[in-house]
Amino acid sequence: MAKITMREAISQALMEEMDRDPSVFILGEEVGVWGGTYAVTKGFYDKYGAARVKDTPIAENAIIGAAIGAAMTGQRPVAELMTINFAFSAMDYIVNQAPKLHYMFGGQFTVPMVIRAVGGGGRQLGATHSQTPDAVFAHFPGLKVVSPGTPEDAKGLLKSAIRSNDPILFIEHATMYQIRGDVPDGEYTIPIGKSKVQREGKDITIVTYCKGLELSMKAAEDLSKEGIEAEIVDLRTLRPLDMEPVLESFMKTNRAVIVEEGWKSYGVGAEVASRIYEEAFDYLDAPILRVAQKEVPLPYNRTLEQAALPQVPDIIAAVKEVLK
Amino acid sequence: MNKKDQLELYHQMVLIRRVEERGAELYQQGKIGGFMHLYIGQEAVSTGIVAAREPRDRVITAYRDHGVAINCGIPANQVMAELLGKATGTSKGKGGSMHMADTSKNMWGGHAIVGGHLPIASGLALGDQYAGNDNVTICMFGDGATNIGYFHEALNLAKTWGLRVLWICENNIYGMGTSVERASAVHEIRQKAEGYGMKNSRVDGMDVMKVYEATKEAIEYVRKNSEPYFLECTTYRYRGHSMGDPERYRKQEEVKKWEESDPIGIFRRQLIEGKIANAKALDDIEAQVMDEVAKAVEFAETSPEPALEDLFTDVYVEN
Repeated sequence: MAKITMREAISQALMEEMDRDPSVFILGEEVGVWGGTYAVTKGFYDKYGAARVKDTPIAENAIIGAAIGAAMTGQRPVAELMTINFAFSAMDYIVNQAPKLHYMFGGQFTVPMVIRAVGGGGRQLGATHSQTPDAVFAHFPGLKVVSPGTPEDAKGLLKSAIRSNDPILFIEHATMYQIRGDVPDGEYTIPIGKSKVQREGKDITIVTYCKGLELSMKAAEDLSKEGIEAEIVDLRTLRPLDMEPVLESFMKTNRAVIVEEGWKSYGVGAEVASRIYEEAFDYLDAPILRVAQKEVPLPYNRTLEQAALPQVPDIIAAVKEVLK
Repeated sequence: MNKKDQLELYHQMVLIRRVEERGAELYQQGKIGGFMHLYIGQEAVSTGIVAAREPRDRVITAYRDHGVAINCGIPANQVMAELLGKATGTSKGKGGSMHMADTSKNMWGGHAIVGGHLPIASGLALGDQYAGNDNVTICMFGDGATNIGYFHEALNLAKTWGLRVLWICENNIYGMGTSVERASAVHEIRQKAEGYGMKNSRVDGMDVMKVYEATKEAIEYVRKNSEPYFLECTTYRYRGHSMGDPERYRKQEEVKKWEESDPIGIFRRQLIEGKIANAKALDDIEAQVMDEVAKAVEFAETSPEPALEDLFTDVYVEN
């Protein structure tokens, strides 16, 4: 085991896969000479050269469209979107092309492409650069949506994503590149579409992922001091959604809070809560609550922005409300 | 081009025409659903283009794709079966009229979002560039697709990265019901390529041999210079944009005028006058096509529907 940052974990995954498989290449805005706007691909250009680390024009349709085409020919492009907010410029490719091509042509085309996109609020970037629109993308069958919350998962899941033959949107969080965590030594992968219990507890189930995991772990520590032991299930993949560990935990605790950074309406929490109601209604001891972003475009002002984003005290309050 | 190959082109053009005429009838009978866009009037374009490629060169096109499918060698049986939504269709009945493909014939689809396949075409060429071969990707689209952002991003990337794409604009004068004059800043579409420093030319798309010669040269240029080329083919569709087009935007006299210079009629005259074939030989080809089309319809009608379980197959490669 080694303690590394999220940034290092993602960077290692990319490098290991590029070393392992010559069909893997990277394309995106400022991924090469600049070294990546979040420094994830720092040093890649010098190591692999311009043919495998491709700086693109600022043109998201060209980036994702070309990645899809190259993937159809059997290469394994990893396209980087500087932020997930720019995904909207390439929405047609992400939701209307990549997820359809295999199905619509009777299985003839495959799109082994990964789109890495950085999302999340909390950096005072204003409403158009701060979104957590994960649920939007998870709505579409044919696309897989992965969003890890620990360096270990980030590395293992990204390696699996690059090896997968399906199109995958891999969502990272802009404020999490510096978080540190233990990562196994040597080669490993983590399967896509598997939720994981990140903390065991008997009193309540917190279902979350990505930034929500960081917040929920902190909330759980505080709650523990008050004698409340929360079990935390990390979804890790939003589509396909693995409900097994969620339901198992819920059948044990009979209570749940769902934590996500995106807006509450039509969100991940709505989906998870519905599935618990549909599949484990008899185990329900209290209404399920959701902790999520306030229903506003994120403001620039720091105080206002933080007030809009879900916080640790919000999670603690929700847990206590459910346990009341 | 030798005599046999020229007669094969004639065969393909007549086959496209008759398959689509039968398709239109089956559509009216309710046996074909969804949208169906006929290629009638434009047969010389795809026939000349596909004849000029090597088998290793990829072809990708828009939703008006029946002609390209036939030119690429997809049997009429499979085209007709796809129109009828049968399991034996090119896309197992899941794509329909607008989504025909056969990767074994290097036909990379029928794509239905206007302009959406242009960046994908750049990507196909990027895949070949990355693999280190000199295959050419031939990307066909209508005049309407040149007014949307995808077009500009795709052309810019192709030129900047030296991708081997032959861009083919089929200028049939109308994007749905809006004429080029009402929708495009320039009316000779090839002028748009100038903005990307891209070599370009324009050819009479009603004359299959002219299209063939122009494409041959263009493909050679692309392969040799490792950069894209833009070829505009002027043409005309006789039928509406799709089967549901009331055609309020043009007069029947205009359609008639174009029909006088029908691409099949032009080629037929050329073949007879050039003593490549006599009328009898060409009539024989037409009779043979009628037989092929009848068999294709029978094949499609007697083919099985996709199984209900197939609803859930091919959503992902790995479940």
